[in-house]
Amino acid sequence: MIKSILVFNNHGKPRLLKFYVHYPEEQQQHIVRETFQLVSKRDDNVCNFLEGGSLIGGSDFKLIYRHYATLYFVFCVDSSESELGILDLIQVFVETLDRCFENVCELDLIFHVDKVHNILSELVMGGMVLETNMNEILTRIQEQEKLEKQEAGISAAPARAVSAMKSMNIPQQIKDIKLPDLPSLSNFKNPF
Amino acid sequence: MALRKVRNNIDRIFDKSLTDLIRGIRNNKDNEAKYIAACIDEIKHELRQDSTVVKTNAIEKLSYLQMMGYDISWASFNIIEVMASTKYTEKRIGYLTASQCFHDETDVLMLTTNMMRKDLSSTNMYDAGVALGGLACFVTTDLARDLANDVVTLLSSSRPYIRKRAVLLLYKIFLKYPESLRPTFPRLKEKLEDPDPGVQSAAVNVICELARKNPKNYLSLAPVFFKLMTTSSNNWMLIKIIKLFGALVPLEPRLGKKLLEPLTNLINSTSAMSLLYECINTVIAVLISVSAGTPGDHTASIQLCVQKLGVLIEDSDQNLKYLGLLAMGKILQTHPKAVQAHKDIVLACLDDKDESIRIRALDLLYGMVSKKNIMEIVRKLMSHVDGAEGSNYRDELLSRIIQICSHNNYQYITNFEWYVSVLVELTKVEGTKHGAMIAEQVQDVTVRVQSIRHFAVSQMALLIENAHLLLAGSAQHRSNVSEVLLAAAWICGEYSEHVQNVQSVLESMLKAKVSMMPGHIQSTFVQNIAKLYAVQLSQSEQEDDWDAVESLDNLMLSKLPQFEQTDNLEGQERACTLLEMVREIEKLHAQREKIAADVTALFEGELNPVAAKAQRKVPLPPGLDLDTWINEPPVESSSSESEEEPERKNGPTVRSEFAGFGAPRPFGEEAEPKKKYEQPSPEEMKKMRAQRQADIESNPYYMKGDAKATAKRPTKLASRKDSDEKAVEATPLDLQSPLEIPGVVGLNKYMEQQESTLSWKKAKKEKRKKKGKKGRVSSSDDEDLPVVHQVNRADGEMPEGAKSTDDEEEGTKKKNGTGDPYKALDMDLDQPLREDERLPVAQHRVASLDLGQPAGLKSKADKKTKKSKTPKAPKEEKPKKSKKSAKEVVDEPPPPPPPAPTAEPQDDMDFWLNASSAPAPPAAAEEKVSKKKSRSPEKEKKPKKSEKHHGKESKRKQRHSSTRSGEEFAENAPHHLAVHDKNEYEVASGVCTPSKQTNGAVEGSATPKKEVSTPTNLPPMTSYHLLAENAFVRMTYETRVSTADANQVASAVIFANVGANEIRQIEFNVLDSLNTKMLRDPAAPQGALKVPFNLPQGVSNEHVFRFAVEAINVPQKLRGTLTFLVETENGSVPEKIDFHLKFPCVSFTVPATIGSDAFSELISSGELEASSSLQFATTDSLNDVVRNLCFHGHFTVVDQQGTSASLYSQTIRAEPVCVLVKVQDGRVSLNGKCADQQLISSVLDELRQLTAN
Repeated sequence: MIKSILVFNNHGKPRLLKFYVHYPEEQQQHIVRETFQLVSKRDDNVCNFLEGGSLIGGSDFKLIYRHYATLYFVFCVDSSESELGILDLIQVFVETLDRCFENVCELDLIFHVDKVHNILSELVMGGMVLETNMNEILTRIQEQEKLEKQEAGISAAPARAVSAMKSMNIPQQIKDIKLPDLPSLSNFKNPF
Repeated sequence: MALRKVRNNIDRIFDKSLTDLIRGIRNNKDNEAKYIAACIDEIKHELRQDSTVVKTNAIEKLSYLQMMGYDISWASFNIIEVMASTKYTEKRIGYLTASQCFHDETDVLMLTTNMMRKDLSSTNMYDAGVALGGLACFVTTDLARDLANDVVTLLSSSRPYIRKRAVLLLYKIFLKYPESLRPTFPRLKEKLEDPDPGVQSAAVNVICELARKNPKNYLSLAPVFFKLMTTSSNNWMLIKIIKLFGALVPLEPRLGKKLLEPLTNLINSTSAMSLLYECINTVIAVLISVSAGTPGDHTASIQLCVQKLGVLIEDSDQNLKYLGLLAMGKILQTHPKAVQAHKDIVLACLDDKDESIRIRALDLLYGMVSKKNIMEIVRKLMSHVDGAEGSNYRDELLSRIIQICSHNNYQYITNFEWYVSVLVELTKVEGTKHGAMIAEQVQDVTVRVQSIRHFAVSQMALLIENAHLLLAGSAQHRSNVSEVLLAAAWICGEYSEHVQNVQSVLESMLKAKVSMMPGHIQSTFVQNIAKLYAVQLSQSEQEDDWDAVESLDNLMLSKLPQFEQTDNLEGQERACTLLEMVREIEKLHAQREKIAADVTALFEGELNPVAAKAQRKVPLPPGLDLDTWINEPPVESSSSESEEEPERKNGPTVRSEFAGFGAPRPFGEEAEPKKKYEQPSPEEMKKMRAQRQADIESNPYYMKGDAKATAKRPTKLASRKDSDEKAVEATPLDLQSPLEIPGVVGLNKYMEQQESTLSWKKAKKEKRKKKGKKGRVSSSDDEDLPVVHQVNRADGEMPEGAKSTDDEEEGTKKKNGTGDPYKALDMDLDQPLREDERLPVAQHRVASLDLGQPAGLKSKADKKTKKSKTPKAPKEEKPKKSKKSAKEVVDEPPPPPPPAPTAEPQDDMDFWLNASSAPAPPAAAEEKVSKKKSRSPEKEKKPKKSEKHHGKESKRKQRHSSTRSGEEFAENAPHHLAVHDKNEYEVASGVCTPSKQTNGAVEGSATPKKEVSTPTNLPPMTSYHLLAENAFVRMTYETRVSTADANQVASAVIFANVGANEIRQIEFNVLDSLNTKMLRDPAAPQGALKVPFNLPQGVSNEHVFRFAVEAINVPQKLRGTLTFLVETENGSVPEKIDFHLKFPCVSFTVPATIGSDAFSELISSGELEASSSLQFATTDSLNDVVRNLCFHGHFTVVDQQGTSASLYSQTIRAEPVCVLVKVQDGRVSLNGKCADQQLISSVLDELRQLTAN
């Protein structure tokens, strides 16, 4: 079982929180802070597993994380999950995000948390791994997007226009904070 | 309306969207809280509006604020409103927010039941999907109970997307509503064979989660998983299965043996590291379980594991290194030698920059330590302690050092002076939490190793004298060090004879900064001040140095009062008592009376270690009345100390030293020692002793004793006695527990030879010289020790009949386990379902069916309908709905009570396991074959089938080697029948005793085949029919089909030579009909087919002939001739025999599986338009009939209830054939349905013949 999935940036700002075990909001924030403390002081070239974290931990739990550019993706899992398998899952998740947002960067996650949640819900359901095949995931997401467009239809046009107007002010350059190329998988054999 | 819509949209322009909110927050970094408060007000306003668009927008914003840490539970109801939206995009936002913030205590959740039900059954796949996903996050017990049935229904959805989610959701439902597990489990099991790999994987996932907590209930699924493991190529699923096996093997070592081979193959073949790693892990689990059971040689597997792990550890990828170390730690527990090879790498990992890896390496260290290198390793660790950042890692290091050194009763320590100095060194570590641990070690070592006392006391005296330095640090550090001071004070007091300068130590203790020490330590100080005082006093009195005596008294009287101020009650009491005593003594001293002897008598004797909890382990013997004296009331016995000793170990807070003052023990404890006076009869004693010995041997925590150490701290009475072995023998029931550690004797002797004033520095210098000698001495002692143990154990180190530690642990486990949610899921899944065990169904549906039914019948019918909705019997519902009136339903007698629970699934498992463990190598070989088969499923099928009738064993193997295609007969039948009685099961699975002729034929056959004749009380059944027979040859045949080619059938003919001569040149020919043609050699399209073997006398062999068929809806009959030469003395004589080869319609069918839901769907879909029915008399029971039909007619049982059973099969062209069999009052009625009228009529006709036979 996956107990929680946390995504936060290099400063510990949460970008996505998904807890499959209930914690009150206050404690969620506390967990994020503690996890950030633990993870952020580790070099990039050390291993991706971490024991400890008193709040979410317990002896059976492990933190498995990956660091991409400005973001940390942290999964807290128990011993029924394969460590390397979860690392691969994180990779699948990030690659899926990359495909859906076309070159994903932190801003995409900031402004489209809902979409990230929807993508995540195609991968993991209630703490259990649902799908690991990226093509299948992408197909489903595209189908849902189609549905979304249908529903929006003409009636949402004015709202869309307004939001487009509003968006014009955002300097395009913030989009330039791009993730570097995803680390190659060569040193990490992908079982999928 | 339209206008309003547009207006709403225009309104929305001015609302803040989520993007605006996020942007706003980013722009208001300075007063974020204020901005967000304003936004929440806005959101509250928006939520009050009617438009769902506005509401959705507001909820979307709330979900973002929730992530920022704001409580949004106040909007729960609005979230539900959005969830109920008809638009997918809005619904999705509602569900997302709900999954983020709803939990068990969200009360509005109970309003969602019907909405959820509607969403789950929505025709839009994504609506249902989002509902399933949401439910997985916030399902409550109520929701689980109310919606379980709806989720189960979704298991048979036509969309894998939904099935997959429904399967996963089941796990959450089980957790919340454990009662649903048993009724649902068969359906879940079905999903293991789902055509969609994603659904399959989800089912594996769920069962793995379930099995992880309660593995024993899932042991019977091992064969299914084994098959999946050997056939699947989905790594994700394989990992899960292999992990599951890792949990199962400890329960069943035979399973481990069976797994070893395929796992080793996987290890050698896979390229996926994650899979490789899990395989190694499970192999390790297997090795552990196997090594605990039967001995066997698994060196090869261990070597393989260790070698592969070595590769992982040496890998540059830190992740692999970490995992390698993790797995290595598991091997270490059982095969420490195997790990030694990687000692250097592990030691190198201690210097790794990664803390996770260092901690893992520390785990392994105790396996790497030996007497020779312990000093070096500890020195290294000590240097790490100095350099460590973060108290966490430092504490970890510290506890490891102590663990390594104290491992197995200080097994590796040869120089205890060194160890004590290490411990002293460790007290200097700042901010550690292990002060108590260090203190305990110092005390333990000093008590156990007599010869170290002198050195230890000198060190501790130093500590005491420098206490003010130690206490100077931070508060945290102080509390740590003060624990050590406790040990130091106690050691100095207890072994005061070793203190060189008693006066100075006494002074330091008296002058200690009392206020800086915790109360319990002050109380220890008081106690030991008294001891030292006694020593100093007797010394001074002996010398008649009255000045010294006076100054000593004055010192005590002036300094003791500060201890009276302590906040610790016991400390206060002790201080007061002591002070009063000193006052009295001082008065006597004023009259120049010597009373030192009396004072020292208070602290006479010596303490010995007793096993922890030794006292508590004494069970109350039956029939013992603690209130009556059995013998004379005892004089105060030595047992009083036995109570004290464990207390001392349990920590300073319960420490009590009143016994030392001769103070009476608390009333409650008094009863305890009385039981010693009950003398069991010699036989009883013998028995108990044997029992205890067994306990001791199996108890890993039990410390081996030494006879010489039985000396106990005597009371005044006992102190005069020599507590030697004699005394011990005389009191075999004594509670005292001499627990000297092995190896100590040798060391003692060695140490005694050294100068007793040996200082630490000297010892260090001399260490090198002594080393060789030391090693030899101690090792020889090691060898001697077991003998000593055996002698001594009879003497009673532990209380008679003491409970083993394991019992105790179990007890505590039980207590702790009550709060475990997984406990509730611990239930036997193989037991048949009880009547009351079914999923609750929404009530209004039942009500609608009740309309118009006679009141008297209502309850029955009600039951029926309810039942038909349970997963167990849904298929009954639909055919009846379509055909029968309600009356007919009622006419049916209620289903019989479920059969009594049988041990059958267990038998099943045993069989599966034994099948391979008995002849292990061939089984393994066959598994390999089965793997190959799975890759080329069709090619090898024919020969495999020929094994089918060779008894249970080969049957079993087929079961897990069978391919996904048609040959599922063996496999599916038991699957569906698992809950029925044994007879039925056996036959349905196709197990049969070969009829005589086949049996003979097989035995005589040229090809070697395993033959296990299992005695069975079933009537013989064979699918081989006699084709023709004469004086020379006897032909039997069986028709086989393959789904690979829908237009082919094969006939396997066994030629048995029943004559006295060899038969050669056998040629087989049939007259082709329009419909059926024999497939001959393309080179010779006409004429006879040569059988490629000769038959010596008494031999039989089989050959398969293939036929092309056009139509399969009518039975076929082919005329044929067999010609051959019989070798007689007079030369060859040509002979021939004519035959009729029949292909009944049922020979074109293959058994196929279908879920019960899919079955009912199929029946009601209208696809099967042709139907036919038949009735005839029979003497057989339903079970016999079903068995017959399944075997000869290639059907599988979908469901069997009461007097009827539904059967399913497919033709080789994949057309479904459904048959409902009813047996009642000696009549069988068959109702058949399929797409082809001709076919179903023919099939039923044939079935009648089969049944009539």
